[in-house]
Amino acid sequence: MSALRLEAVERTFGGVRAVDGASFAVGPGEVHGLIGPNGAGKTSVLNLVSGLLAPTAGRILLEGRPVHGLPPHRVAALGVARTFQNIRLFPELSARDNVVVGQHLRRRGASLAARLLALPSSRAEERAAREAAGALLGRVGLSERADEEARHLSYGEQRRVEIARALASDPRLLLLDEPTAGMNPGEVGAVATLIRGAAEGGRSVLLVEHNVRLVMEVCDRITVLDFGKVIAEGAPAEVARDPAVVAAYLGATP
Amino acid sequence: MGEALAGFWDTYQSTVGYVGLNALLALSVYTSLSCGQLALGSSGFAALGAYAAALLTVQAHWPFPLVLLVALILPAAVAVPLGLPALRLHGVFLAIATIAFGEVVRIGLVNWDYVHGAQGIVAIPQEASVWMIWLALLLALLLLSRLRGSRWGFALEAVREDEPAARTLGIATTRYKLAMLVAGAALAGLAGALEAHFTFMVAPSGFTFGRVVEMLVFAVVGGTQRAWGPVLGAAFLTVLPEALREVAPRVGLEPGPLRLMVNGLVLLAVILFLPAGLASLPQRLRERRAAGRGA
Amino acid sequence: MQQVINGLFLGSIYALFALGYTLVFGVLDILNLAHAAVFMLASFAALVLVARLHLPILLALPLAMLFAGLLGMVLERVAFRPLRARGDSNVAGLISSLAVATVFEAVALEVWGPNVERFPFGTLPAEDPAHQLHLLGAVISRLQLTIMGVAVVLVLLLTYLVRRTRLGREVRAVAESPRAARVLGVDVDRVIAASFFISSALGGAAGVLYGLAFNSISPDMGRSVELKGLAVIIVGGMGSMPGAVIAGFALGLTEVLVVAHLGGSYRDAVSFAGLFLILVLRPRGLLGAASLREA
Repeated sequence: MSALRLEAVERTFGGVRAVDGASFAVGPGEVHGLIGPNGAGKTSVLNLVSGLLAPTAGRILLEGRPVHGLPPHRVAALGVARTFQNIRLFPELSARDNVVVGQHLRRRGASLAARLLALPSSRAEERAAREAAGALLGRVGLSERADEEARHLSYGEQRRVEIARALASDPRLLLLDEPTAGMNPGEVGAVATLIRGAAEGGRSVLLVEHNVRLVMEVCDRITVLDFGKVIAEGAPAEVARDPAVVAAYLGATP
Repeated sequence: MGEALAGFWDTYQSTVGYVGLNALLALSVYTSLSCGQLALGSSGFAALGAYAAALLTVQAHWPFPLVLLVALILPAAVAVPLGLPALRLHGVFLAIATIAFGEVVRIGLVNWDYVHGAQGIVAIPQEASVWMIWLALLLALLLLSRLRGSRWGFALEAVREDEPAARTLGIATTRYKLAMLVAGAALAGLAGALEAHFTFMVAPSGFTFGRVVEMLVFAVVGGTQRAWGPVLGAAFLTVLPEALREVAPRVGLEPGPLRLMVNGLVLLAVILFLPAGLASLPQRLRERRAAGRGA
Repeated sequence: MQQVINGLFLGSIYALFALGYTLVFGVLDILNLAHAAVFMLASFAALVLVARLHLPILLALPLAMLFAGLLGMVLERVAFRPLRARGDSNVAGLISSLAVATVFEAVALEVWGPNVERFPFGTLPAEDPAHQLHLLGAVISRLQLTIMGVAVVLVLLLTYLVRRTRLGREVRAVAESPRAARVLGVDVDRVIAASFFISSALGGAAGVLYGLAFNSISPDMGRSVELKGLAVIIVGGMGSMPGAVIAGFALGLTEVLVVAHLGGSYRDAVSFAGLFLILVLRPRGLLGAASLREA
């Protein structure tokens, strides 16, 4: 059963079909790339899957279970986490605190009484949460910057914190929206390693990216969108050779 | 020495009591501000608590602790059906909807003969002492400050900073916003009831739009990053006018207008220069000094 | 029919006031809570011009409008411009305009005291039954005619300004997108200052007319109109000028009819409850033009 399946998903804004009958599937443990020219509808697809938008037609299935139309927090509770194209960290919180928020779904929290009386159990719970967040930040290479306010971090650092935050809920499906935009090659390499590591253990990744080389390197399969429609789907090598894909990227689009 | 203290207390105990009451009311606005919601229904909730308490004491002679309990629960219960539709609104729209609620409550009370309309209920026995008010305040502060670092507290901060992003992290934002609205309503109701039994009377004129704006000002001036900010703001802006009352004649101004003018100027100064409120002053000074040393 | 006339008369003042409110909101996405204070100060200004300087009311009105416009520009410079760079400028702007409103009210209280003032006898020529207008069984007094006339003229002037002049085009451009307007060479700061001038001048005109209509001027006259003005612009759609006008008249009519059929005291409660329902059911308002810019 696929981790994620879109069936003829459509989303219209006013008169514009941002997503037009798109169908594709992401297998369990698969790193799946979603590419296409600007305005192809890639971010809309992520918004639809994460529940920020509802499709105007079609179905979205998470491990066989329909999730289209569910509010974002319900979709997240079913094991989906994401990053954003224009980085949506909580600016005044530290990197560590951002990641702690990400733990929301996994965190049990101490009992109310323990909390109110400031019993050791509640303090232990808090400490554990902060340490786990620190560990995640270590995985993305940001341990020393853990207590900086998010808005004071560099662009590349912020993107990595966002990934750590998304991983904090231990999602079954990770949605990444242009995670390497604005990064230098070294940073891109680090993110590639992260993505491969994230997919171990059965987690699936849907990666929206403009960096075609990264996509070819890291993805098991790729779907290509143009004008909201799927124009190709398959292994990276096949897709790269597909004339329709080449035309979409090089062709003169009105 | 003991006599001097006793004398001081006699003169100023009511001020201390008012600081406590204003602090509770400021906290009732703060609970929603802490998750980014500008909900200004506290005057309506305070009125519900105050009037319910007054009636139960004066008409039904209920024991005071029970009265306070009702003053906590009634506004909280009202906040639920109010909040569910209203919290779908954001920013200024939510503010206006909650203000409208407060006005409906006030106007309803003005027109209700059973509670003597605009005159209100008088001769309420003084059951609330300054100690009681401050105990309630400290309990409220304790509860609110213990949220920090907890799962709940982090969720609130997330909702405040970026609600849609918070939702994608699994936070059921409506639930948290509603819970804080209800908590604020309970605090306001409690404050209203305590005030009624501290000042012997309640009247609709004590629950105007201007009053809830005053609560907002206390919270903003004190700072809304931590729960003790609004308390600081309430203390500062309650005590300052009292101090100014001495100064006013010397400057040739009426105390009333002078108090308003100072309130306005302090608020303006804070919002322009110290947006995180007076509570952030120590931190700002530290940063200023550190920057100066580094330069 | 008499009620309809009365309603339209009251509504014309509300419409004028609301236009100023909505103009600033349309351009800056900010609610200027000092609008009502300017409304009040302009009324006092007219009073001073008529009572002390013995100017005819027809001269005092434009002078008071000029005064109000200048106040608006000061307000913009002090309370709004410094905040424009900040991310939270909407809520911060709300609060800082509130601060300035408090200062304005304090000034009025200090200079004139809290009591109600009246225009001196003879400000307006006495009503002459022989010269009143009769329309379908209703009587329109000269006062009503004058006020409605002035209001309509001002609305038409504003419409002309916005539709036909270069400034009007620039205002609409800035309302759409300040960044784009700047790229196109529009001096955004100047346009915003001009918008505040116009908005406050209109609010000031509404204040003078209101003072004349009810022959009552006091520092707290802005309070009730403030909330009603908010109701009007929400119902009409925030940022929509035709909406403000229509909703203003609608409110005037509703108020008069409610008073006539339900009795005076519930009038405001009905308005606020109605406002709450509209916010919850259709926050865009009847002619909702502006959508809140993405947070």
